[in-house]
Amino acid sequence: MAVVFERPKALCDVPLHYCPGCTHGIVHRLVAEVIDEMGIEGETVGVCPVGCSVFAYDYFNCDMIEAPHGRAPAVATGVKRSNPDKFVFTYQGDGDLAAIGTAETVHVGARGENIVVIFINNTIYGMTGGQMAPTTLIGQVTQTTPFGRDSQLAGNPIRVCEMMATLSGTALAQRVAVDTVPHIRETKKAIRKAFENQKEKRGLSIVEVLSTCPTNWGLSPIDAIKRLQDEMIPYYPLGVYKDITAEGGNK
Amino acid sequence: MERNLMKGNEALAEAAIRAGCKCFFGYPITPQTELAAYMAKRMNKAGGVFLQAESEIAAVNMVLGAASTGVRAMTSSSSPGISLKSEGISYLAGSDVPAVIINVERGGPGLGGIQPSQQDYWQATKGLGHGDFHLIVYAPASVQEMVDMVVTAFNKADEYRVPAMILADGLLGQMMEPVAFPEISAEQPDKSSWAANGHKNSREHHIVNSLYIDPKTLEDKIIERYERYAKIKENEADAELYLTDDADIVVCAFGATSRVVKSAINDARAMGIKVGMCRPKTVWPFPEKQIREACANASKVLCVEMSMGQMIDDVKLALNCEKPVEFFGRTGGVIPTPAEVLDKIKSMGGNK
Repeated sequence: MAVVFERPKALCDVPLHYCPGCTHGIVHRLVAEVIDEMGIEGETVGVCPVGCSVFAYDYFNCDMIEAPHGRAPAVATGVKRSNPDKFVFTYQGDGDLAAIGTAETVHVGARGENIVVIFINNTIYGMTGGQMAPTTLIGQVTQTTPFGRDSQLAGNPIRVCEMMATLSGTALAQRVAVDTVPHIRETKKAIRKAFENQKEKRGLSIVEVLSTCPTNWGLSPIDAIKRLQDEMIPYYPLGVYKDITAEGGNK
Repeated sequence: MERNLMKGNEALAEAAIRAGCKCFFGYPITPQTELAAYMAKRMNKAGGVFLQAESEIAAVNMVLGAASTGVRAMTSSSSPGISLKSEGISYLAGSDVPAVIINVERGGPGLGGIQPSQQDYWQATKGLGHGDFHLIVYAPASVQEMVDMVVTAFNKADEYRVPAMILADGLLGQMMEPVAFPEISAEQPDKSSWAANGHKNSREHHIVNSLYIDPKTLEDKIIERYERYAKIKENEADAELYLTDDADIVVCAFGATSRVVKSAINDARAMGIKVGMCRPKTVWPFPEKQIREACANASKVLCVEMSMGQMIDDVKLALNCEKPVEFFGRTGGVIPTPAEVLDKIKSMGGNK
């Protein structure tokens, strides 16, 4: 019988710890598919963050390093600078990348560090039980914004791709989502482009993936997808914010 | 062997390159900045990587990344910057990743001052970051010793899979002395059993990690690490003994302070005072046996430090508080003079 669907080789054959309805699994799979298709698993080093995806070192079959909270881009810089022929990616959540690790994130863009950053934006800290993230939307209720995020008290959510697109070393800054099959396909294309950029030594590629956190949002997986579409995409518009390979295609 | 007149900070950098350091990640801070500046000039030509990071935190994490792939990597800073690096140093230790960190100490706490100090002794030897762990900490007293200890630090860090520190101070970093660079074997230890540098489809994937959610697993990891620490304690503790055989007073001092003490001891000897010195060359592991031997016939012990008194705790522990241990120190960047130390020695009545 023809095999129509199987586990990518770059994903280990182990159960993932993610909650039901969480979209980390989809993004892990897409990254692994790209690694498989490019045949680069043996030449790839991944860097995990602190947060829900901290255990990604047990899920990706390539060599993996676990970084301190927010420092994955710096760790990846060390890996890439000493091993310029290897593919290096980080996989980070919004608290990791856009709060504690903002300096590290901005400076890999400023330096044009030739790495891939996969950025999971689900507007909340998942691992610690649902606190306000730098990307938490105005009015969103979390453990640390029990009356909804108030911009007067807690500032406004950061649009990371828009910010990273301003940096001259950024080759690709693209926001995608994993709420529908067409969007998932688009996400995979963006991840592929990011790794191809690294192959061609074009600089930093960041792919921001709008994702869900049904557990900490207090929603069913289906309602969580609906929230992503109705509330997140309007504030975080999907699209290519910078692509140095495109001709006039930037937002 | 050819000898060159070099500034301490530059000698540290040159020694690292010769020891096979392939990556240096730095950030400016007085009084260690010449080290990074020297690396910026030399490292790329030597076939390595120099990068000025956006912060001390980023610099030590770049070291974590590079060293996790099995290459020799180093960062350097001075006291306030070392506090920032402590997170990364804890991760290096918890991930069993060897690396070398240099602290050219200045006065603290807070922004403190920019003059030489030894106020980071406790930090370096007892608590350089969260968790149960140690670094091997070398305390050089001359520019030549800084060179030799950088080479040793890389070798021992690799041998035991632990981070190692050179605990220098602004005096040593800024002084110029003649140095000779030892012949260094190009051969480096094989790290292929753990390095995360791409498995080339020829082995299982490697994970460099410090997280162990299951307490028993974490405990086992730490216990295994402490077995290595026990070997380090047994094999690597080192001290210089100076005129201790007949000494009635033994002075304990490390680093630049020991040179001041040596002058005071020579003056005291000329006056007929039987005084000697025990100088720890490693401050972790602490040379307890050497101190006990040095003090065996002494009636009194004096600890001299550029701090309010930190190493004195370890001296008392090494002697099981069986002998009186007095203290003389200057702090905040003030360097004790030989005359002050001599006065202290005389005041201890070592005139027999």
